[in-house]
Amino acid sequence: MAAWTRKDLLSLEELSKEELLLLLDQAKAFKEISLRPIKKVPALRGRTVALCFLEPSTRTRASFELAAKRLSADLLSFQGNSSSITKGESVVDTARNIEAMRVDVIVLRHNTSGTPAQVAHAVKASIINAGDGSHEHPTQGLIDLFTIQEKKGRIEGLNVVIVGDILHSRVARSDLWGLMKLGAKVTLCGPPTLVPSAMEQLGAKISYRLDDVLPKADVVIALRLQLERQQEKYIPSFREYTRLYGIDSDRLKKAKPDLTIMHPGPVNRGLELSSEVADGPQSVILDQVTNGIAVRMAALYLVAGIHPADEEPVSEPGRIDLPVREKQVR
Amino acid sequence: MKSVILDAEGVRRAFIRIAHEILERHRIIENIALVGIRSRGVFLAQRLAANLKELTGKAVLVGALDITLYRDDLSMLAANPIIRATEIPFDLTGKQVIIVDDVLFTGRTIRAAMDALIDLGRPEAIELAVLIDRGHRELPIRADYIGKNVPTARQELVQVRLTEIDHAEEVTLGEKL
Amino acid sequence: MSAKTILLKGGRLIDPSQGIDGQHDLLIENGRIAKVGKNLKADSAETIELKGKIVCPGFIDLHVHFRTPGQEHKETIRTGSRAALSGGFTTVCLMANTDPVVDSPTIVEFIKGEAAKVGLIQVLPYGAVTLGLKGENLTEMAALQEAGVVGFSDDGMPVSNAGMMRRALEYSRVTGLPVIDHCEEKELSGHGVMHEGLTSCRLGLAGVPSEAETVMIARDLLLAEATGGKLHIAHVSTVAGAELIRAAKKRGVPVTAEVTPHHLTLSEEALESYDSRFKMNPPLRPKKDAQALREALNDGTIDAIATDHAPHSLSEKETGLIQAPFGVIGLETALAVLLTELVHKQGFSLATLIAAWTHKPAKVIGSDRGTLAVGAPADITVFDPEQEWSPDAGQTASKSKNSPFIGWKLKGRVTDVWVSGQARYRDGRFLTED
Repeated sequence: MAAWTRKDLLSLEELSKEELLLLLDQAKAFKEISLRPIKKVPALRGRTVALCFLEPSTRTRASFELAAKRLSADLLSFQGNSSSITKGESVVDTARNIEAMRVDVIVLRHNTSGTPAQVAHAVKASIINAGDGSHEHPTQGLIDLFTIQEKKGRIEGLNVVIVGDILHSRVARSDLWGLMKLGAKVTLCGPPTLVPSAMEQLGAKISYRLDDVLPKADVVIALRLQLERQQEKYIPSFREYTRLYGIDSDRLKKAKPDLTIMHPGPVNRGLELSSEVADGPQSVILDQVTNGIAVRMAALYLVAGIHPADEEPVSEPGRIDLPVREKQVR
Repeated sequence: MKSVILDAEGVRRAFIRIAHEILERHRIIENIALVGIRSRGVFLAQRLAANLKELTGKAVLVGALDITLYRDDLSMLAANPIIRATEIPFDLTGKQVIIVDDVLFTGRTIRAAMDALIDLGRPEAIELAVLIDRGHRELPIRADYIGKNVPTARQELVQVRLTEIDHAEEVTLGEKL
Repeated sequence: MSAKTILLKGGRLIDPSQGIDGQHDLLIENGRIAKVGKNLKADSAETIELKGKIVCPGFIDLHVHFRTPGQEHKETIRTGSRAALSGGFTTVCLMANTDPVVDSPTIVEFIKGEAAKVGLIQVLPYGAVTLGLKGENLTEMAALQEAGVVGFSDDGMPVSNAGMMRRALEYSRVTGLPVIDHCEEKELSGHGVMHEGLTSCRLGLAGVPSEAETVMIARDLLLAEATGGKLHIAHVSTVAGAELIRAAKKRGVPVTAEVTPHHLTLSEEALESYDSRFKMNPPLRPKKDAQALREALNDGTIDAIATDHAPHSLSEKETGLIQAPFGVIGLETALAVLLTELVHKQGFSLATLIAAWTHKPAKVIGSDRGTLAVGAPADITVFDPEQEWSPDAGQTASKSKNSPFIGWKLKGRVTDVWVSGQARYRDGRFLTED
């Protein structure tokens, strides 16, 4: 099996298939620990993990906290609001301050895409992206992969529909990369204003009607609709959204009987999923939560083992390398 | 330079002898649980279980233990090693656990294994069975059942190969590279 | 004005305004071009040997921000002028979005006064199109012209009301000066921080669609056509924008256009680093746009190259891609970047490039510079096309360091600059140290 060589876990886009499989395999080993009477191992004893959540989050932070505790790491918790932190002090500055306290791993949640990548470049501590803007949420993506693998026994060849606000969803991006690398067929479904057509170039199919793609689906991942999207005029109304993309038991009749329904939570009940569906036999939402701890233990364990030398920065990003043409005559 | 210190037949005989020794000490075989340390200890535990079954007609419990997360040198390694599954599909509480491993050297692996076992339950007793004891202990640990005692220099390398994963069956002693 | 006589010998002289490209000597007398020809001799002249170098008219940049008054921590007329000189620029046009805005003759006088104190290069202010850049009331364009502005622009706060823009283009005819428009429909660009496309989608960043630019270019071209007002389109960044201008020029619309060095040489992928040094407005577009802009420059659709030199302090640029202000500096690297990427790598015509920095922008603002014609003010830039160097953030003449080209390996560097016959920069060094 491939060895883990990355200091940071920033996105699923940058991971190879082998790295994804390694993470999933390790998560499986950690899940076994969660089933023991004593759910704690001394692997990260003496190491410090800082949870730096600069955007409100309860679930993800709790999940990382428990994961770190079960690995016997010491914990440091920062919470705050991204904008107030960036006012006086840049995020990189904040991270350098945290690092100066000899922290080994920083788990970073931030409302701005790319912040974890920038911080990772600037500090020697390992960075785990716990969600950055609309970019990625790699551990949630891994949780979804892990849960699908667990429920379906495979990922390759499955029809997976991700439905909702794709444009603003970091979960959708991580899911998309992970699923495609592992050979699933991914359809992105949602209102045309919230499904960027450019995603087709990444290899996903796009659909604007859930009823068209639901019958063939093996897995549906419903995304949380942020309530401000209506104010921002992306959709005419929540009623219309639910009519097209909400999943209730009626709509489920058109689906395969063994359809698996997932949601990164928290669910807007009655909007994305009806309560019967969210709590129904096809829903694996709580399994996703359980698996979250194992996946995050795996991520913490793997990155904590990497102590890198200084990396060379890319010196000329974006420089256009067009083929040299014949000399023009004027 | 490598020399063979045990061949396939030697390994087989060692484990038959260990099986007999276990039976001498343990009258109630139902209460024994063999726990092999990943990787080679697991195959040795399975062989030992087969020997015991042949001798008594009874199956003993066998589990596999990965001690990676309990190692005391994790922070000194270049990268954290890959974890393999711990599979102990029975309750250890009250059991006479016999840890099975290929080579006993510093004793640190066995220390980690005991810590891991104790997190999994409360065995009545823990014993240790190894194929080779090569000395150089760094902790006060000794084996209860030993296939072969091999005096070695610290820098020498004892290599155990088993047909299950190595396509060979022998124990060799050589210079460390 | 110096009465000194200077003879520049042995260089390759390129003056697109007269179609000259070859080994010629050049004689400067009384701050003006006195003679151009082979093997010139002048016994009393200071003779400067320029073998292997290129001698051309001093460059004109139609679009820079020197941040004075109001944001002198980013740039001053002095530091901006020095940045210009080291990049070969002898004339720069200052955008009006200072604090206070250049919407009254008083502010124009202030800037001219500051520029006169520095006195290194020609510093020409633009006036605002509307009071306070608010898009509500026209400025007193005639009074501003009398005070010395060479055009009108609301730059980054473009006139969004089409009726207002129509009035501006119409009324500007009283001055004969151009209205320079930064074409951006703000309702379309929204909170975008980079080009909207595959890369923004992957990075999860809000995008600015090409249409934010092209919708307004189309509007303004039609309005210029209808009103006869002189329109200059600032920093074209899209294929479709260039095509609209090409078609309008064919119809005889009084329009000129500019492009920046960064839009010619960089693409949206630069943002993958999430580095705010690549955040500017309009944003970096896909490679195909850069290629189309090169073609538009080559065929004359785009008249001028302008840097949109926009200094910002490190602390502002460091706040992350979303909070950081738009803009990059460009005066010091413009020539080297385009020599390296277009001329050396692609065989792009050097004369076309120089034309876009000299007589073509001069024509936009009605300047008598940008030429080596006998009698013209002796603004002269000399560069070594082969000198290799690398821009270093610690070495900028500008007060700011927000260049996307820091660390690039470049080939071609300005060595000497004369402004009105006065040597200002010699052998890569400023002649006035401060």
